[in-house]
Amino acid sequence: MTTTAETMPYAEAIAAFEPVLGLETHVELGTASKMFCSCPTAFGADPNTQVCPVCLGLPGSMPVVNRMGVESTIRMGLALNCSIAEWCRFARKNYFYPDMPKDYQISQYDEPLCFDGWLDVTVETDDGPRAFRVEIERVHMEEDTGKLTHAGGATGRIHGADYSLVDYNRAGIPLIEIVTKPIVGTGELAPLVARAYVTELRDLMRSLGVSDVRMEEGSLRCDVNVSLNRAGDDWGTRSETKNVNSLRSVERAVRSEIERQAAVLSSGGRVIQETRHFHEDTGRSTPGRSKEQAEDYRYFPEPDLVPVAPSREWVEELRGTLPELPSAKRARLRAEWGISDHDFQTLVNGGALELVEATIAEGVDPAAARKWWTGELARIANDREIELADVPVSPGQIKHIQRLIEDGSLTDKLARQVIEGIIAGEGDVDDVVAGRGLAVVSDDSALLAAIDQALVDQPDVAEKIRGGKVQAAGAIVGAVMKATRGQADAAKVRALLFERLGVSE
Amino acid sequence: MTTMEGDLTRQSATVLADAMAQGEVSAEEVTRAHLDRISEVDGDVHAFLHVLSDEAVEVARGVDRRRAAGERLGPLAGVPLALKDVLTMSGVPTTCGSRVLEGWRPPYDSTVVERLRAADVVILGKTNMDEFAMGSSTEHSAYGPTRNPWDLERIPGGSGGGSSAAIAAFEAPLAIGTDTGGSIRQPAAVTGTVGVKPTYGGVSRYGLVALASSLDQAGPCARTVMDAALLHAAIAGHDPRDSTSIDAPVPDVVAAARKADIRGVRIGLIKELGGEGYQAGVSQRFDEAVEVLTDLGAEVVEVSCPNFEYALAAYYLILPSEASSNLARFDGMRYGLRVGDDGDRSVEQVMALTREAGFGAEVKRRIMIGTYALSSGYYDAYYGQAQKVRTLITRDFAAAFEQADVLISPTAPTTAFKIGEKVDDPLAMYLNDVATIPVNLAGNAAMSLPVGLAPEDGLPVGMQVIAPAMADDRLYLVGAALERALVDRWGHLLIEEAPDL
Ligand SMILES: [Zn+2]
Repeated sequence: MTTTAETMPYAEAIAAFEPVLGLETHVELGTASKMFCSCPTAFGADPNTQVCPVCLGLPGSMPVVNRMGVESTIRMGLALNCSIAEWCRFARKNYFYPDMPKDYQISQYDEPLCFDGWLDVTVETDDGPRAFRVEIERVHMEEDTGKLTHAGGATGRIHGADYSLVDYNRAGIPLIEIVTKPIVGTGELAPLVARAYVTELRDLMRSLGVSDVRMEEGSLRCDVNVSLNRAGDDWGTRSETKNVNSLRSVERAVRSEIERQAAVLSSGGRVIQETRHFHEDTGRSTPGRSKEQAEDYRYFPEPDLVPVAPSREWVEELRGTLPELPSAKRARLRAEWGISDHDFQTLVNGGALELVEATIAEGVDPAAARKWWTGELARIANDREIELADVPVSPGQIKHIQRLIEDGSLTDKLARQVIEGIIAGEGDVDDVVAGRGLAVVSDDSALLAAIDQALVDQPDVAEKIRGGKVQAAGAIVGAVMKATRGQADAAKVRALLFERLGVSE
Repeated sequence: MTTMEGDLTRQSATVLADAMAQGEVSAEEVTRAHLDRISEVDGDVHAFLHVLSDEAVEVARGVDRRRAAGERLGPLAGVPLALKDVLTMSGVPTTCGSRVLEGWRPPYDSTVVERLRAADVVILGKTNMDEFAMGSSTEHSAYGPTRNPWDLERIPGGSGGGSSAAIAAFEAPLAIGTDTGGSIRQPAAVTGTVGVKPTYGGVSRYGLVALASSLDQAGPCARTVMDAALLHAAIAGHDPRDSTSIDAPVPDVVAAARKADIRGVRIGLIKELGGEGYQAGVSQRFDEAVEVLTDLGAEVVEVSCPNFEYALAAYYLILPSEASSNLARFDGMRYGLRVGDDGDRSVEQVMALTREAGFGAEVKRRIMIGTYALSSGYYDAYYGQAQKVRTLITRDFAAAFEQADVLISPTAPTTAFKIGEKVDDPLAMYLNDVATIPVNLAGNAAMSLPVGLAPEDGLPVGMQVIAPAMADDRLYLVGAALERALVDRWGHLLIEEAPDL
C-alpha cells in the first residue's frame, strides 16, 4: 500500500505533466455472417445456437475468410485515410482461455490490412472549437471470442466462481481493430480528445454502414494507453486500461489514469507497465497483468488461410462507395441550419447531430428538433448517465409529439409527460396519451364551463378584469388549468376568458 | 486361399469394381469378405482402431440396391476402404491415435469422407496411427502399435501404419492416409504398397485434424498404381471450405496410369538422397529400378538439390511450431478427455492435467519444441530461418524440374525396422523421413511404389517419384510403367510375396 495520495487533482496533474495517449478500439462489424464461417451474427440468440464446427474450433474444421469483412475493413481504412496493403496475412495469436474455441485467435500481426492514416477530431474549449489530427497506426481484422458468464463467487470473475458458462455465439464474429499512433500535445484536453476520437470513429462506422456500433451490447470496446512525462522529458512508461466500453468511460478512464499516474510520479514512484481493468461503476481502474507477467502470444502466419491481396481496382471501387463522411456532413449541415459554431459543436458533443438530422428528416422544424434533443432529452440522458442515442425515444416519436403540440392536442408540459411515459415503457405516443389521459382539453364548452365556475368562485377578480385590469386574468386562468389538471392550453383559456367577459387585451 | 471370400480380399479395387459392375459379385459379399478378413487377422496386425461392421454392410447393401435399380454408379462403387483415424466422419469415433480425443464423435464429415460417400465407397473403419500423426512407426499410438504384415515384429511405417498395414494384410484394397513429412509414402515403402501424397492443396484438408497445416495432405493408399489413381480422382479437387485447396482442374491421374508410357520422359535422380546412410539392399533395388526405367525409354539424369541437407532441421521447427498451435484446442473444455475437474481446481489446472494425461511423450516433445520456436526473441532464429530454408528447398525443386519431368529417390533409407528399435531415439526416428520431407516443404506431389525386396532382410523397398505441384499425373505415368515392367518380371505384384498371416 502506498502512503501517499492515490490520485492527484486533475488540474494539478496537468499542470505538472504532459499526457501521451494511445487508443486501440475493437468494433464488431455488422456483417450478416461470421468472419470465418457462415453462421449468423444476430445478437441475443439462445446460447450456442449460432455455431458450427468452424466457429466451435472442432478438430479438422477450417476457416474461410468472409469477403464482406475484408471489404468493410478496407472501406474503414479508406475513410481513415489509410494505405491499403497489397498483400497481407492473418496471424494466430496463441493463448489458452476457455472462451477461445481453438485456444488461439485468428488476427493480424505485423501485416495489417490498412495502415498509416489519420482522423481529424474537434473538441469544444472555452476559446471555441479546437481541432486535433489523430494519426492512425493500423486497422486490422480479427475474430471475436465467446462470452463467459461466471456463476456464484463474489467477484463475477472466473476466479472464485462456482462454475462458468460459455456462449460461443459471439465466437468468430468479425472484429475490426483500429490502433492510433501516440497522440501528443493534447494537454488538459486529453480526455476530451480521446472521447471525441472514439465518437468520431463510431459516427464514421455508422455512416459507412460497416457497423451500427451498439455500445450497450458491447460491440465497441476500447483499450486506453496513457503515459505522463514532465515537459521536455522523454515519454513515460505507459499503462493500458482495458474494457473501456462507452464514450463517457473513455473520457473518465483517461482522466482517472492521468490523476493516478501523476500521484505516483510526483511522490517519486515509478509507473509500472501493466494492463489495468476499468470499472464503470467507480470510474477507476485496478491493476491487471504487469509486463513481466505478460503473455507471449507466439504470433505466426495463419497457415489455414491464404494471404489477402486486394486488387487496386477493387480498392478504388470501394473508395468510390464511400458516403459523405461525418466531417463533411457536419460542415454541410451547419451551413444548412445556419447556426453558430458553438451551438453546432454542442449538438456534436452531445451526440445529438444524427438524432436532430433524423428528426428534421421526419419533417420537424429544425429549431424544434434541436430544442428537443439538446433540451429535455439531453437532460434525461444526463440524469440517467447514458448516451443520448440510448434514450429510448425515436425521431419518429418526436415528430409525432411535435405534431400533437402544433395542432394544439398537447402542451409542452404534457409532451414532457408523454416522453416520460415512453421511457417508462408505457408504449408509443398514442398509448401514453390515452393511458395517462393527457389530451389537451380543447373542447370549448368544457373550458367555458370551467371559466364560468372560476368567475363565480372569484367574483372580485372577475370584476377587476371587467374593469380593464387584464393582468388579473392570471388567477382565473390558473384556476381553470387546475380544474383541468393542466390539460388545457393556457393561451386558449385566456382568449376564451376575455371573449366571455367582452374585454380586449 | 481357396474360398470365395479369400479370393475377394486379394483382388485389386479395379478388379472388384469391375466384378461388381458385371454382377459377378455383390458389394455386400465384397464387404463381408473384408470384414471377415479383419476379424481373422487384425488381432495380430492391429491396423484398425474402430471397425464399422454393421454400417459398412448397410452401405454395401444400398449400393447393391441402387445398382439393381439400374443406377449408373462410379468406378469405385462398393469397394471397401480403410480410413485413417485423423479424418472426421460424422458420428464415428475419431481419436487421431490419442487418449485426449477418446470418445469424441465428430458431428460432421470431412470433405474426403463426403467425396468417398459420393463415390459409393464402403468405409470399413478407422485405422491406427502415431498420435496426431507424429511418428514413423505407429508405435506412438496411444492404442498400441500396428504390426507389419511382412513381419509382425516390425513396424508398418508411420504415421499411417494402420492404413498401409490394412491394405498389405488384405483387410482392404484401398485406404486413405495423410502425409505431413512422409506418413503415406514411408508406410507404403515398408509394406510393399503404393502411396501417394498429392500436391499440397490438391485434396481438401477440411475435416483432417491438423498436425502441421502448411504440410498436411491426404492421399490414396493401394496395392496397385491404378487403384491409387482411381481413389486419387475420387477425393481430389477444389473445396471452398479449405482456402488452401487449389481451384484448378485435377490432373487426369487415371488416364496417366492407363497410358503408362515413359518413352522420352526425363527422370532426375536426386544426388543428395541416396548413398551414405541408406541400407545396401535399399540402394541395390533402387538402382535396379532405375535401370528398368531406362530400359522403358526414360532419360535418367542426375540432379542436385543442395539445400535438402537442411530440410530435416527446418521441418522439425515448422512442424512443431504449427502443431503447438493446432493442438492447443485439446484442453478438456469442450470435447474428449477431461482430467481433474473436481469442482475445486481452476480452469488452468484442469487444462494442464488434461493435456498431461491426454498426450503422449512424442506429442509433448513437439509441442514444447514448437512453443519454444515461436516464442518472442526466438522466432526469427528458429521459425523465421526455417521458412527461409523452405524457400531454398522450393527453389532447388524448381531448378531440378528444369532438367527433369519427375525426380526419384529411395522413399526411406531402410526397410521396416523392429518394433521398439528406435522408439526411444527420436533423432533416429526422424531420419526415416529424410527423403520424403523436402516434398512436403515444397508442396509437390510424390508417390512411393514397391521396387523389390532387400536381399539382406527380404523386406520391401520403395521408390519415391516426385512431380511438380499440380502435375500429379506424371507420378501415375511413371509409377504405372515401372509397376507393369516389374510385375512382368516377377509374375505378380510384390505384395503377393508377403507371408500368409
Ligand atoms: Zn460457425
